[in-house]
Amino acid sequence: MGEILKGRAWVFSDDVDTDLIYHNKYLAETDPKNMPQYAFEYYPGKENFAKEVKPGDFVVAGKNFGCGSSREHAVYCLEYAGVPCVLAETCSRIYYRNAINNGYPVLFVKGLSDAIKAGKIKDGDQLEVELSTGTIKDATNGETFHGDAVSNLENDIMKAGGLMNYMKAKVAAEK
Amino acid sequence: MGKTFAEKVLGRAAGYEVKANEVVTVEPDVCMSHDNGGPISRTFKKIGVEKVKYPERICFVLDHAVPAPTSAHAVNHKEVREFAAEQGIPHLYDIMSGGGVCHQKICEEGYALPGLVMVGSDSHTCTYGAYGAFSTGIGRSEMAAVWATGKIWFKVPESMKVVVTGKFKPGVSTKDFILKLIGDVKADGADYMSVEFHGPGIEDMSISERMTICNMGIEFGAKNAVCKPDQKVLDAIKGKEKYSNWECIWADGDAVYAKEVHYDLGDIEPCVAKPHTVDNWAPVSEVKGTKIHEAFLGSCTNGRIEDLRLAAGILKDKKVAVRTVVIPASWIVYRQAMREGVLDTLLDAGCVICNPGCGPCMGNHEGILAPGETAISTANRNFKGRMGDKDSFIYLASPMTVAASAIKGEITDPREAL
Repeated sequence: MGEILKGRAWVFSDDVDTDLIYHNKYLAETDPKNMPQYAFEYYPGKENFAKEVKPGDFVVAGKNFGCGSSREHAVYCLEYAGVPCVLAETCSRIYYRNAINNGYPVLFVKGLSDAIKAGKIKDGDQLEVELSTGTIKDATNGETFHGDAVSNLENDIMKAGGLMNYMKAKVAAEK
Repeated sequence: MGKTFAEKVLGRAAGYEVKANEVVTVEPDVCMSHDNGGPISRTFKKIGVEKVKYPERICFVLDHAVPAPTSAHAVNHKEVREFAAEQGIPHLYDIMSGGGVCHQKICEEGYALPGLVMVGSDSHTCTYGAYGAFSTGIGRSEMAAVWATGKIWFKVPESMKVVVTGKFKPGVSTKDFILKLIGDVKADGADYMSVEFHGPGIEDMSISERMTICNMGIEFGAKNAVCKPDQKVLDAIKGKEKYSNWECIWADGDAVYAKEVHYDLGDIEPCVAKPHTVDNWAPVSEVKGTKIHEAFLGSCTNGRIEDLRLAAGILKDKKVAVRTVVIPASWIVYRQAMREGVLDTLLDAGCVICNPGCGPCMGNHEGILAPGETAISTANRNFKGRMGDKDSFIYLASPMTVAASAIKGEITDPREAL
């Protein structure tokens, strides 16, 4: 059995765009460490996310998470806030590539959008997530969800801890 | 079994036959960055490579906040200039009067060419599909890696076929079509897919119109969006091709698609995308009378001469009732509009003409919204707070709808103003 991550859920809707995750206004910021303070500032009802999120908490969303801009800030602001992964039914292509390239997992979970709408997973629920199998247990209400385990396709980059480390290792090996 | 455009173009780039869902490593022919080239250069330096692999394939266009409104933006510009000089990168469009919005410049300067693989550190890089290129947006880290190695991996996408027939009725234009399509298929309708636009309705469109529809491919999740490279494309690139390795490529008639949709342009009516998602479609009739505080005509979606002409046609001998910001997509567009008298018409109507650039499209400057304000815009995104305060509202519409709305100070059906 793989490692089980435990943390609280922060629940979001479908089509959470990159401006809601990390607004345009702060794009000139380039130090990832400074990015968590702006996370979800524009998302109605989640304005306090940055202040209240605790390392280990999960972001839980419906379909098409991270649609919009190519900005990696939308990955960094969660990664550096200590959110171990995003759980979403689907996410946008650019967001997914940016996540993988930063060694940051996104777990795709079928039915999550409907479960959110039906209130089967709510803000503050205690989650137990096993990344290696994609299993998510909501310990608060007993619901279980099954995501896709992180695929082999991007595993090399993920294992290296992101594209930068992967590249550095490749460059070093060629020297 | 036939092949899709994506299978053919990525197979050509990889050097062997490929099919959807295979992973390929290819060397992009063109790598575009805008102001974010500054932060990318910092990331590049961390990799440990001294020189970029293919300096002649890199292109910088400063556009997101030009001239720099803050010192942070100025730093980005400075870094791009210094990096281009240090690395011998020949293609830099600075903020002098030869520049403009990145996607416009890449197309009008002859970088966008049929059959090329083009990447850009901007999500609307899919615009170059209007020229028959495979073009897609990537993140900053990824661009730094492409500069270093010249390579990128792609999963060959499945494809969606959009078949378009018919002709627009008066007062209706391409933007109304693409907003309707996105409204129908929703914001994730083409997630990860290559979108191919087919049919006589597309063949009749100008390159500018094709740029508008390909530009918005990302708004329904597409990896790339593309039209068949035809004589119009060949005429548009003639004599200004920046590279010689291009080739007209198109899907086979028996290619296999994951999804197919059909539209008759004669059925399209003036419409908007309501706040705060691009797929929140409504006919103008539903939102008619909604008060606006600002009208914006410009952006990489609709800032071309054809768009300015459509707006000028509505605004001639009229006055705008609300502040109206007009930003030509490039200085070439600006000068053309000046020569044709289009700028005079817009100025006489009371519009403010800003220098080419992205302006207020993503909330940088030149038309930021206050709390409670509403804008109607020809740009491609109406995300919450995109143009300024988080308690502001953006409706997306065609140049004609924006112009007609500016006159009344409320959302207006452009057919009433014809």
